[in-house]
Amino acid sequence: MGIIKNILRISLLALRKNLLRTLLTALGIIIGVASVVAMMGIGSGSKQSIESQVNNLGTNMIIIFPASNSYGGVAAGAGASQNLTYADAEAIPVNCPSVPYSCPIVRSSSQVLANGQNWRTTIYGATTDYFPIKNLHTVAGDIFTNSENKSAAKVCLIGQTVVKNLWGANADLNSIIGQSIRITNIPFQIVGVLEIKGQNSFGQDQDDCIVAPFYTVQRRILSITWVNQILASAKDANLVTAGTDEITELLSERHKVLPGVAPDFTIRTQADLSNAFSAISNVMSVLLLIIASISLLVGGIGIMNIMLVSITERTREIGLRMAVGAKGNIILLQFLTEAVIISFLGGIIGVALGIGIAMIVKNVMHWPIVISAASIIVAFLSAAGIGIFFGFYPARKASLLNPIDALRYE
Amino acid sequence: MLQVLAEEAVEGKANDKNEMKTVISVKNLEKIYTMGDVKVYALRGIDLDIYEGEFVAIMGTSGSGKSTLMNILGCLDQPTSGSYTLDGMDVSKSTRNQLAEVRNKKIGFVFQSFNLLSRTSALENVELPLLYNRKTNAQERHERAVKALTSVGLATRMKNMPNQLSGGQQQRVAIARALVNDPVIIFADEPTGNLDSRTSFEVIDIFQKLNANGITIVLVTHEPDIAQFATRRVVFRDGKIIDDSPVTGRKNAIEELAKLPPADDIDNNPEALQKIETAVETENEAS
Repeated sequence: MGIIKNILRISLLALRKNLLRTLLTALGIIIGVASVVAMMGIGSGSKQSIESQVNNLGTNMIIIFPASNSYGGVAAGAGASQNLTYADAEAIPVNCPSVPYSCPIVRSSSQVLANGQNWRTTIYGATTDYFPIKNLHTVAGDIFTNSENKSAAKVCLIGQTVVKNLWGANADLNSIIGQSIRITNIPFQIVGVLEIKGQNSFGQDQDDCIVAPFYTVQRRILSITWVNQILASAKDANLVTAGTDEITELLSERHKVLPGVAPDFTIRTQADLSNAFSAISNVMSVLLLIIASISLLVGGIGIMNIMLVSITERTREIGLRMAVGAKGNIILLQFLTEAVIISFLGGIIGVALGIGIAMIVKNVMHWPIVISAASIIVAFLSAAGIGIFFGFYPARKASLLNPIDALRYE
Repeated sequence: MLQVLAEEAVEGKANDKNEMKTVISVKNLEKIYTMGDVKVYALRGIDLDIYEGEFVAIMGTSGSGKSTLMNILGCLDQPTSGSYTLDGMDVSKSTRNQLAEVRNKKIGFVFQSFNLLSRTSALENVELPLLYNRKTNAQERHERAVKALTSVGLATRMKNMPNQLSGGQQQRVAIARALVNDPVIIFADEPTGNLDSRTSFEVIDIFQKLNANGITIVLVTHEPDIAQFATRRVVFRDGKIIDDSPVTGRKNAIEELAKLPPADDIDNNPEALQKIETAVETENEAS
């Protein structure tokens, strides 16, 4: 125990003797660790932001489209069939245990008129399940009720882009509630204003919409019998695949799809989308980490370089230490300890600097940054590891010196 | 304190050599360097006994083998053949680590070029050998270093860095470092080689006083003048001892110092000393 304390003391004295050199050597590690911490912060920040954007689209969403059909070899494109029904949507939560919410949707693009202004926007006809699935909330008023849907009531909720275009940017949202809006000449009463969702990942404005009860849109505006798509939502992210399988089974049965024949509907999930984005951000994170690791490696080589120079310069000192009784392994430990102290020092300063850089990026460039304890620990441990790894060779070289030659070294 | 001890030692010197303890005993020691196919005989069968309390001067021209012997006696190197017993322990077959331990416990070195650690205070330089001895704690280390520095007359210079000390003072720090582990023998390799006559005599004076206290000293030199301060002279030529005899007409360093013309000796000039110390303190505080 005493000898370890002494080695620590010897190493600290030696480092203090060459404070500037110690700091310059540590600089390599400081930069390396700082870049690892900052890069990991930026990497996981962007990953988290992508994930939250995908989640913003809705919660564990499963989308069911009618499949393409073709007449005489002419394919009509996705969603052209008219074979999804309201009953299909209603059957899903009843029969699929992993899918508690399901909502039929019809879409219409219409001219709307209010407050003496007009605007063309998309009208979604949906049931009340639409709101939890899409993760939609109101900022004023409230959503329509089930009975308003059943009775095809002429009520609607409007998105804030629509509000902006009809009432201006500074409109009082609460005063809009109860006002009338004409959708293709049918007067609707506004019961709620939706909260701002911003653009989705494809740049589409999610606030440029009006949501009305399903039957109202299907019967009063579109006069159709079918459903454009069904939105469903799995209980949690892990059940999306199971839910998809359950829906496929249920709809195949309901639509009497024969085994071996392609079904007349297509199912897409948000998982596909978020997987694609995660893949991109993972590649990004790995790239950033590689770059940061390279600078850490360069820092490590810097330590080795300086230690080798230092050992040559201190050959006589090593000879003297051996002459007064330092064993080879004690010399090895001394130089190894010096390298590790430099790395630790560099690690601590580097972590602080890395967090500082990440904070600057966050505040100045408004990038999302997530600094995890794990990234700090990883950066710190790899700095210490690099100190041991790159310190070992010079330290071993020093320990193998012949005391006589070392003492005479000019 | 040194003076009192010196007198006691002088009384003890009446003892017969045969009753004295043998510190170093070397039998038929050979050292052969092989350079390619050529064998170079550095030492050709040396027999030598050194007793406790002796002050031996080893002389010889360069290449005579005196440095090789010194390295082997100092446990820095090992003989090709022959036996070497140091303080009753056969070290001719010891491993590198065992030799390091022997050097740490039993041997003190003083070198021609001082070999002090730069930017390290005199006190820390003297503490160095004890840092490699796991049995000493910080307090003991400090006490022993202070004692060693005091015994070489540097009690007031303990905080000074080597570059703030004169050559003679630096060599005295090195002597204190050699003393601090309480060695059975001190090896001094041309300790006055880098010093002028006055400081040489001052350093030799310290050796003589230490020797008077009973410390065994082996001093390698090529200056016959310096050898005159020892009690015994061993002369080397071509790897063999050609002469081994007591020094007749031994000189005393204090007397020799007195013969020199007075110099602007800083140590004996209280005013100049004060000035330097103030300057050093300011510098230490600044750094």
